[in-house]
Amino acid sequence: MDLTYTDEQKAFRDEVRRFLDEKLPKRLSDKVATGIRLTKSDYEEWHAILHEKGWLGVTWPEEHGGTGWDAVRRHIFEEETTRASAPRIVPFGINMLGPVLMKFGSDAQKAHYLPRILDGSDWWCQGYSEPGAGSDLASLKCSAERDGDHYIVNGQKTWTTLGQYADKIFCLVRTSKEGKPQEGISFLLIDMDTPGVSVRPIVLIDGEAEVNEVWFDNVKVPAENLVGEENKGWTYAKYLLTHERTNIAGVGFSTAALQNLKRIAGLEMQDGKPLIENPLFAAKVAQVEIDLMAMATTNMRVVSAAAAGQAPGAESSMLKIKGTVIRQELNHLTRRAVGPYALPFVSEALEEGSNVEPVGPDYAMPAVQSYFNNRKLSIYGGSNEVQRTIITKAILEL
Amino acid sequence: MNFELTEERQMLQDSLRRYLSDTVTPEMIHDATEADTGHSDTLWSGLAEMGVIGALFSEEDGGFGGAGFDLTVVFEELGRAGAFEPLMESGVLAGGLIAALGSDAQKAMIDEIVSGETILTLAHGEPAARYDLAHVETQAAKGGDGWILTGRKSVVMAAPAAQQMVVSARTSGEKGDTDGISLFLVPMDASGIETRDYPLNGGGRASEITLTDVTVPADALIGPEGGAFEAIETQHARAIAAQCAEAVGLMDAAKDLTVGYLQQRKQFGQPIGKFQALQHRMADVLIEIEQARSAVINLGGHLDAPRAERERYVSAAKNLVGRTAKLVVEESIQMHGGIGMTMEYALGHIAKRLTMIDHRFGDVDWHLERFIRLAAA
Repeated sequence: MDLTYTDEQKAFRDEVRRFLDEKLPKRLSDKVATGIRLTKSDYEEWHAILHEKGWLGVTWPEEHGGTGWDAVRRHIFEEETTRASAPRIVPFGINMLGPVLMKFGSDAQKAHYLPRILDGSDWWCQGYSEPGAGSDLASLKCSAERDGDHYIVNGQKTWTTLGQYADKIFCLVRTSKEGKPQEGISFLLIDMDTPGVSVRPIVLIDGEAEVNEVWFDNVKVPAENLVGEENKGWTYAKYLLTHERTNIAGVGFSTAALQNLKRIAGLEMQDGKPLIENPLFAAKVAQVEIDLMAMATTNMRVVSAAAAGQAPGAESSMLKIKGTVIRQELNHLTRRAVGPYALPFVSEALEEGSNVEPVGPDYAMPAVQSYFNNRKLSIYGGSNEVQRTIITKAILEL
Repeated sequence: MNFELTEERQMLQDSLRRYLSDTVTPEMIHDATEADTGHSDTLWSGLAEMGVIGALFSEEDGGFGGAGFDLTVVFEELGRAGAFEPLMESGVLAGGLIAALGSDAQKAMIDEIVSGETILTLAHGEPAARYDLAHVETQAAKGGDGWILTGRKSVVMAAPAAQQMVVSARTSGEKGDTDGISLFLVPMDASGIETRDYPLNGGGRASEITLTDVTVPADALIGPEGGAFEAIETQHARAIAAQCAEAVGLMDAAKDLTVGYLQQRKQFGQPIGKFQALQHRMADVLIEIEQARSAVINLGGHLDAPRAERERYVSAAKNLVGRTAKLVVEESIQMHGGIGMTMEYALGHIAKRLTMIDHRFGDVDWHLERFIRLAAA
């Protein structure tokens, strides 16, 4: 039992810190720290910087141009980049599609797509959820019918995050209605500029159009864009989910959110004293801080087990539930801390270069919009209720 | 970063778990509570022979462990079995204070503590102190060749089993001052001591102790005159780590009983564990127990840290474990239904013991407030 990093891990951490000091553009970290929305080119700029260093493929093995890092190193990298307010790595190509192609893709697919993910040629988005298939993903209906060398795709996907920026979408499509719903699903790669694909943004309660609906109307997709075997897509999707769930605890995000909360509660005054000195408010902050301290260790216990080769199973469901509950509580307290200036909603003030001044303190609106935006945390990636059912079956065996 | 037990601790855990599961029966728990001493001689000597008491002391002090994770391994297993032998009092608190402050002559006693021959307890809490470690009103005055002690000590755990006790008393200052507290070794049968013994919620026995002009020799003083507080706080940090680990063991026991019951109890034609209303609550219980385990690991790993950092982890663990204990107790009983409230079913004892964790060494609110104060300092 040892709660400290090894010398080698400490040296790695220092290397990451040095890299961030030298290479993370202040313009980007300022935007992240103050909650200004990132543009497509902001993400691309950061990806290019990481790619140049060889650190974009965080979860990838070296043979595919990745870092080859173990779970502890990935954790350190995530901890340090979050601390430094670096933009997140857009996960769809790197964390989601990449590992699936490496495991199940053809040699041609690997050779073509993997380098293009790293060098930024392709921006991928995810086509999983449908209006009628959320938590019950296997009930999806978007169909792909084989027609000679092609599939003809018809249907609709939704909640497609950053789909407005994407060149390509990886989709779960129905190729068979026989047997169990899970048995007729295939994993298909589709060009967004194929005729018949249309995208409509969905504005969420934080005022941002981060997600989209994507329609497919007789979209002709080359058969070679099928990943793996037809009707085996569910297996690949589940494999993908285990990768999506690395860093699911979001300890780095929560640590940054706690610091932000303390900063704001130290600036906001109530009864002539900083809000953080109000005993009721301080108690709520302390409670969630204590939970986060334990969460960091719960996370590291799973991370070290993963580094030792044990695949995280239902433990990641535990991390997801507790991690999102903590993050949402921090968002809630930060919103509370802001007081009456939670009310003004001047969306343009969050756009870079709009020159629109925020109303009240500059931290007020990002705090409120984060609260609204992060309601998603307990919904996406398998809702927290779905996670509880996974725990029930896999650990409790009920 | 490594969350595996060392080979020695793994062996200790395995053998202790096996021994306790073979030895501790509902009858033993019942009889130990009924006994005048409030514990089981069989279990006590068994644990001593296995070296479990010795695992609470460092090699330097005559044991073969003594680190934070030695304590947590031992107490987690005691908790899992629902055992309440006086290891906390003799091994961690009183024994730990002698190891930390005692003269060579006093430290010679540790051999007897480790072998189980001598049982010690710490008489520190007082009727008006609640959880404040500096609230000592009992007075010690120089007199004759030694000291004269007068005052009252409350809920002195395991006093009915002990031959001697470490008594805290004020040699200067006012109640609440950290300076001016001294420790004395006092035989339980010294003249001027009056005790009222009673059984406890969760098993075991304790005493209310009145000291009226109790005379002890000069060499009964343990450590520096008026300077015992730092050691008292340090040993309480260790005791809280042990107690939180015990709580995690108790939680595991409650969880195992409850999951088993959900699988086996049928209502409306199916096991009640098939109902999602219960499944999701049980999943939450499981998650919170893992959080409690992490809090214990955090504390166990910071017992040797500088005071400010250590105490932050003390209060964080005690707060989180106290909250989780309440959740586990109340959900376990609720999911069992009526049977969970009976003393004849194993959950009853576990639930009571787990509930009482919050009433020793500071409760959830006490430690939340303390955590805030420590952060502000």
